Amino acid sequence: MGVGLEHFLILSAVLFAIGLYGVLAKKNAVVILMSIEIMLSAVNIAMVAFSRYSQSITGQVFVIFIMVVAAAEAAVGLALIIAIYRRRKTVDAEKFDLMKW
Amino acid sequence: MPAELVLAIFLLPFFSFAIISFVLRPFFNHRPLLSGYVTIAAIGISLVLSIWALIEVSGAPHHILQMPDYEWVVIGDTVIRIGVTVDALAVVMLIVVTSVSLMVQIYSLGYMKGDGGFCRYFAFMSLFTGSMLGLVLADNLLFLFLFWEGVGLCSYLLIGFWFHKPEAARAAMKAFLVTRLGDFGFLAAILLLYAKTGTFDIGELQNLALTGAIGGTVLTWAAIGVFSGAAGKSAQFPLHTWLPDAMEGPTPVSALIHAATMVAAGVYLVARMFPVFASSTTAITTVAIIGGFTAIFAASMGLVMNDIKRVLAYSTISQLGYMMLGLGTVGVGISTGYISLEHGLALGVAVGIFHLFTHAFFKSLLFLGAGSVSHATGTFDMREMGGLRKAMPWTFFTFLIASLSLAGIWPLAGFWSKEGILAASFHYVPVLFYLAIITVFMTAFYIFRVIFLTFGGEYRGTDQGSHGLHESPVVMLVPMVILAILAVVAGLLPINEFLGGESHSFFGALSHPLAWVSLVWAGGGIFLAYAIYGAKWLSAASLRQRFAPIHTLFSRKYWFDELYENLFLMRLLVNGIFAALHWFDDHIIDGAVNGIAGGTVAVGTVVRRLETGQLQAYGLAIFVGILAIVACVFIFS
Repeated sequence: MGVGLEHFLILSAVLFAIGLYGVLAKKNAVVILMSIEIMLSAVNIAMVAFSRYSQSITGQVFVIFIMVVAAAEAAVGLALIIAIYRRRKTVDAEKFDLMKW
Repeated sequence: MPAELVLAIFLLPFFSFAIISFVLRPFFNHRPLLSGYVTIAAIGISLVLSIWALIEVSGAPHHILQMPDYEWVVIGDTVIRIGVTVDALAVVMLIVVTSVSLMVQIYSLGYMKGDGGFCRYFAFMSLFTGSMLGLVLADNLLFLFLFWEGVGLCSYLLIGFWFHKPEAARAAMKAFLVTRLGDFGFLAAILLLYAKTGTFDIGELQNLALTGAIGGTVLTWAAIGVFSGAAGKSAQFPLHTWLPDAMEGPTPVSALIHAATMVAAGVYLVARMFPVFASSTTAITTVAIIGGFTAIFAASMGLVMNDIKRVLAYSTISQLGYMMLGLGTVGVGISTGYISLEHGLALGVAVGIFHLFTHAFFKSLLFLGAGSVSHATGTFDMREMGGLRKAMPWTFFTFLIASLSLAGIWPLAGFWSKEGILAASFHYVPVLFYLAIITVFMTAFYIFRVIFLTFGGEYRGTDQGSHGLHESPVVMLVPMVILAILAVVAGLLPINEFLGGESHSFFGALSHPLAWVSLVWAGGGIFLAYAIYGAKWLSAASLRQRFAPIHTLFSRKYWFDELYENLFLMRLLVNGIFAALHWFDDHIIDGAVNGIAGGTVAVGTVVRRLETGQLQAYGLAIFVGILAIVACVFIFS
């Protein structure tokens, strides 16, 4: 039995679910950021898999773009976390409630 | 006569108004007399053109000049054409307005000298004269209404000329609002006539009324509506309360607007629409009764006033009542069949307008005399005058002539025109004749009371001392002398015949017993005034005590001001309707707006609890939402 498209998609879905769980449930902002990276990776896997199976290079080009944007996003996100840590001495997401009524 | 020159009669004063407002006032304010000269020149030319028109009309067939008309308003298929009517009635009015206006403007040069608002005064006076002449010439009800409101506006502006005086500002407002009440009826009548006939043209409306194309209730209501406008302008009962207060304006204004011209516009309107009125018995009877009643009602209040201008104001109301009476009684004569339609239409206009003509001269002269007196004494209160005969011989002499004319003494102007009215009421409505003849007595009494209090006896003023009394400057005396001459001869001019009335010979009038009746009553009034205020055989104070209730009734003006202001204005309007509207505004309108706002806030207070500020909670909500959408897509697609 060879490795088919569905295996890649299942892997992608599992990774996405793990990432989503991390984003919604974890308290540490750094962990949330890491979870977002996992979700992006899941998307990338799916993209590459579709690209391979549909004989089209477009998906792989997108993946390169996504990785660049994800790197930039991670840099910005970490910078924000550091800035907020300097003010509040915490990275607990539940304490960030400035948008509360 | 070229049509352009007829238009120039009323356009020239407007032009003068424009020059004063836009050139003289901004750039030549340091030479205010210029504005007076411009006004006088414009009105002088108008007078010359009016005399020319008079000559042309008297030579024309049926006393009417054919004039071109112009397109004014085009709305779809509806075209409103305007033009001018140049007939006997119009030219007589033109002569009255331009000549009295010219005299008053010359007089004003002296009277208003040194006033800070000199330019403004003459600008308004020009505007007024232009509007009044336009009113007289207009051949179209809508066009006429435009000028009708124009003279009302000028009246407001000139009564409130010294607007820094609270009484003047108040009087101006009162005049404006009370006449507006009448104008409401007038406008409604114009619209009613238009709705029924599709025309604003006065000539066409007259023909339609005479041929019976409009009639019945519509015609009656339209005529009564027009009369309500006329009653407001001419200060007829029950809209008379504004005119005495209007005396707060400068005296030449009272002489021109509130004695000779604008207040006579109501009478002119009834005369102009006379065929319409005469076609409705109810309407013309109303005119006659209101006129006759106003004549005696206003005269009774004039008996007891202490302010010289107020006596003259009540006298004006009373005389305007006479004019309405003259028009009304002849109209009643027509509708009851005592007089043929063709003859009656001309006679009614002649009777009413002839008195308007003579009254304009002697009443404006009386006002100018009152102004001259106050120029010397600084007051209008007759209790602080007296003995002015020696100091002011010219003023006294002209005032005396005007008073005799007003009292209707042969052969002065007032006699001839008043005779016509008395004769008409005697023949057609005898009941009103008795009111009119009592009014003759009252008129003679109150005007000679003024003479004896002002010019007779000794000077009673305190503040200035007798050495301050002086005759007025020549520029004021010349117009008064000219008007005095007119007050003598105006009745002898063939105006009555020109308008279609009956002619009288100079001595032949005295052969009629009616003339002697009115002369005896007038003489009795003069004698009683002499007995009380001249010779002092009867004490004014003891008479006042004996007839205290009547005196109070007259001097409090039958409590009409109180009735209107306290009952109608305060109780009914302010505390009744306005209070209800205020409550509605406060509770219903504002309540609805505030209720919606309050409800929104209340809902928001509950719903905002959902906004926890937790990003992860929002994320979860988004996730659940997307799941729900996807589920829906799968289920329903």
